[in-house]
Order: sequence, then C-alpha cells, then structure tokens
Amino acid sequence: MNSNNDFEKNENDGEDMSTNTVHQSSGLANVAANHAAQKQPGNAPLGSGLEARGIHAWFGKHHALENVSLDFAAGTVTALIGPSGCGKSTFIRTLNRMHEFIPSAAMAGEVLLDGKDIYEAGTDVTKIRLQIGMVFQKPNPFPSMTIGENVLSGLKLAQIKSPINKDDLLEECLTRSGLWSEVKDRLGAHAGGLSGGQQQRLCIARSLAVNPKVLLMDEPCSALDPGSTLRIEDTIGQLAQTMTIIIVTHNMQQAARVSDYTAFFLSDGGPGQLVEVGPTNEMFSRPKDERTENYVSGRFG
Amino acid sequence: MPVSSTQIQKAPPPAPREITTKPRASDIFFRGVLTTMSMSSLLILTLIGLFLSFRGYQAFKTQGFHFLTAYDWNASTDAGQKDVFGLGAMIIGTLIISTIALLIGVPLSVLTALFLTFYAPERIKRALTTLVDLMASFPSILFGLWGFIVLMPMAEYWAKLIHKYLGWIPVFSVPQPAYTRSPFIAGIVLAIMIIPIVTSVSREIFGQTPLDRIQAAYALGATRWAMIKAVVLPFGASGVVGGAMLGLGRALGETVAVYSVLNIVFKPNWQVLYGFGGNIASMIVQKWGEASLSESKALLAAGFVLFVMTLLVNLGANFIVRRAIKSGK
Repeated sequence: MNSNNDFEKNENDGEDMSTNTVHQSSGLANVAANHAAQKQPGNAPLGSGLEARGIHAWFGKHHALENVSLDFAAGTVTALIGPSGCGKSTFIRTLNRMHEFIPSAAMAGEVLLDGKDIYEAGTDVTKIRLQIGMVFQKPNPFPSMTIGENVLSGLKLAQIKSPINKDDLLEECLTRSGLWSEVKDRLGAHAGGLSGGQQQRLCIARSLAVNPKVLLMDEPCSALDPGSTLRIEDTIGQLAQTMTIIIVTHNMQQAARVSDYTAFFLSDGGPGQLVEVGPTNEMFSRPKDERTENYVSGRFG
Repeated sequence: MPVSSTQIQKAPPPAPREITTKPRASDIFFRGVLTTMSMSSLLILTLIGLFLSFRGYQAFKTQGFHFLTAYDWNASTDAGQKDVFGLGAMIIGTLIISTIALLIGVPLSVLTALFLTFYAPERIKRALTTLVDLMASFPSILFGLWGFIVLMPMAEYWAKLIHKYLGWIPVFSVPQPAYTRSPFIAGIVLAIMIIPIVTSVSREIFGQTPLDRIQAAYALGATRWAMIKAVVLPFGASGVVGGAMLGLGRALGETVAVYSVLNIVFKPNWQVLYGFGGNIASMIVQKWGEASLSESKALLAAGFVLFVMTLLVNLGANFIVRRAIKSGK
C-alpha cells in the first residue's frame, strides 16, 4: 500500500490536494479531492488499526469471498464499494465476527485488531464486538426501550459498569451522532416514534456508548432520505477524528464525500474479490484497474 | 391555466361510488361452504352453552347464590329432605390447581422454548420440537396413570422436603402427614400437560424475533443471555402470555388426569401439599354415574360454571395480548 503512504504524507504536509485534480473530468473525483483537502492535518490518529489478511468466506458450499487482504489505518474512513453480490457486506461482517451468526457460514484468514487475531481460539467474541461496533443497513433501535435506554443499552448488554455519569455519556453520544438537539427533551419517549434518519443516528449513538475503536457501517444510509443521509455523513466526518471507520456503500457520491480510502470489490460470477484499493481521490480520478474505472464512471453496476 | 385553490373548494364533493364486483360461481360456492362450516361450529358452541344454562337453571333457582359459595354437596335420599349443592370448594380448588400448573409449567415452557430457539443444535432442535408437539396429543388418561403410579411417590418426597424447609409459609403447612393426592401433585401433572402448548406458542413467537434487533444486541457486545433479556423476552412477552392462557384453558377443563391424582373433598384447601382438593371437571365425572335427577341438574350447572370460567380466561387472554401488542411494538 505505497500509494496510501504517499497520500498520508500529502495530508500531513497540509498540501492543497485540489492541485492534483485539475486534469480530472469526473465530478466524483472532485468531490473526493474536496474531502481530502478538508481533512485536518497534524492530528495523531486515534482509534485502532484493523488488518484483514487473506479473508475467505463461505455460505455452505457457496464461496462468497476470496482472499481479501485490506489494511485499515487508525483514524481513517474506508469505503467499500462494488455492485450487489460482490461480497462487501459479507466482508465487513467478518471484521467483527457477525458473519458466524449465519448458520452454515464459514471463513478463513485472519483479522488483526491492534495486531491480535480476533478469531484466535479462546477469544471472548463479546469483547471483540465491544471494540468493533457496527451500524446496520436498516435502523434497528430496540422498540421496547426509550431513546435514552437505547443509547445506554450497550452498557447493560455487555454488562459494563459505567464509571462516569450516565447522563453525561448519554448527552455526549447523542451529540456526537448529531441527534442531541432533536431529542434532548424527549429522552424518555419510545424510540419507535423517531423518523428513519433519527433512528439511524440513534443507532450510531448506541454504538458510540460502548466506546468502540472501530466502527463498521453496512450501508447505513440506504434506507434514508437525502437530508438524513447528509446528516449522517457529517456525523461520520466527526467520528473519524476519534475512531477508524469502515463503511459499505452503494452510493459512490457518498464514498467520495466521506472516505479517505476506497476499496472496490467485484464478483465475476464466482466469489467476490478485492479489485483495487487506494486513496479515494485516486480511485475516482485515476484508478489503476480498468474494471474500477468502468464501475466508478458508471459504465456498469 | 393553473387551478386556484378557491376553484377546488367550490366544486361539490362527489358522493362516494359504490364499488362492487361480480363474483364467479366457484367463489360464491366456496364462500357458501366456508360460511356454513364456521357458522355451524359457532352454533354448536352456543347450543352447548344454552343447554348447560337451561339444564342448570333449576339448580341455580333452588340453591341461589349459595350454589357458587357454599362448600357442601348433599343429594337427598329421602323425599322431603332438601338437596344442598355448593360449588365453592370446587371453584377454589380448580383455581389453585391451575395456578400451581401455570407457576410450574410456564417457566419450564419458556426456558424450553428459549433453548430450542437459541441454544439447541439443529438436529436436537428438530427432534425435541417433534417430541414436544407429540406430547400435546398424548391422551390425558396416560398422564393421569403415570401421575398416579410414577409421579405421586416422587412428588410426595418433594412435598415433604418443601414442607420441611418452607412449612412456615401457610400454604406449605400440612396439619397431618398426608401428602398424596394433593393439589400440589395434581398441579404438577397439569403443568406437564400444558408444557407442550405453552412451549409451542412461545417457540413460535421467539422464532419471529426480528433478526435485525438480535444482531443489534450482539453487535453491542451482548452475551446470548443478555440479548435474550433485552430483545427476545420483550418481543415475545405477549405471545408467552397468550400461550399461558391457552394452557390455563386446558388446565381448567382437564378432567381425567386430575381425577386420577386428586382426592376430591368438598372443603376448601389452601394448604397445597395437603392431600385433598377440589376440581370442577373431575368432580362432575366422579358424581355423574350415580347422580339422581336433581343432582345431575346441579352437575350440569357446575359444567356451566366451568364453561363461563374458561370463556372469561380466554377473554382475559385476548385483552392482555392485545394490550401487550399495542404498548410493546
């Protein structure tokens, strides 16, 4: 991943990335370049690095994902793009061991969180999922709980004794997910009364309450209207300052807007594979692989 | 030309159209068959209720309110002597035994259903599910015989243990060492009989827990048990209550099995470990064979009381389930 290192250097030097994009014709490339330019330089990366090595995934005999290796540097946002059925959702679910909930699902390879394999024998999977949070495609707050209870549900579910004031934590999580001002007067109301976009931000706040190092997002905006989508993208931008984010998206505009790196997955009828990964603005302006170029320019998918 | 809003308001609203369709002959025929079938089952139920109330009316008339509250049951043998029929002890006994059955049966059923849905390996799950469903169709006399021969000696021992350690609680006290044929033992037999239906309904509802909520809990680092407490039980509560009420319906009306293991005495007994109790259905069976004309009328009236109790339980179940659905989801 030499190109990644170049990218980080550019960013840390505070160089104006837009100079690199003069010759680009694609609008997406401009969006991506803008995102890169807005990234604040100089901050030490927070969160934890995640490293996938040689991931294969199967559903029964169906080989869904073949030999995917990807590095996610601490404090970055990586978008996983690709047409339906390319294995990107399957891949993200191997990263916090949600894959194994599907009966007959199998996997091979290693996922290293801070250098330690999360699939190692004897690992407490609940501790892994505490560190690697997940936001799902469809907003899924707990309907029997109030808004406040939803945010703090992770503490109860994972049996964490919260050392700090719960009200403070509640406000902090809701503020970070961009929902505080909308719900602060009705924390005791049931979560079902919120709009779809609000519910999704509630789910993000819920993930934040257990203080994950990595946040996985599986098409978090696919069920939402454009306004809510933009809000959540803002939220992602804020969160990226304190954690590593990996987002699956069908929306290439979104990938260009929010991510530092983009990984392109593709299945040619067989198992899904990683075609190419690189800094987002490069992926959208001058991808190395022809298939990536065809996909990001909208020629298929 | 754009239409202004005032113009829209001026137009008189049209009368709603009558929407009709001409059904096909096969549809008419099928509808006729279904209507007849469903109406006839309703009709039969109504007729049974009418029959019981009509036949029992005389007992109510001669005994009055006394029939529901008194604890004696004496059919006169001499002409001129008055019949005394009081169902109070039987009603109390029925409720006590049913309560014991629910207290033992529902937790067991819920745990079984949770095991089958979330813990059991696929093969065990399939085998156990079939087995539990089979249990539901097991003839009740077999439960009764098993209860009498196998369960009673064991339950007698448990009853002694409970009495020894919890005897200071009034319901567990026993005036004399008579532990067999008690409401406790009848309750255990009934509990085993309602387990299949309650398990089956609970398993059905637990299996419908939305996957996205389950995943949400797991993704937050929940253990399986924490996930079940936070997601499955709130979702399934109304279904469990519904299943318990179905079980209660069966427990209230169960006759033969209870008859085999209960010593029926016309005296209310709150000491559940002590060896006698009451049960309407079993009492009817016990008395019916040798009943005089007036006594048989009283027994039919008792049947009517049981009928009404069962109806009330089912109405209550409906109410609880509907309220739970409204508030929960």
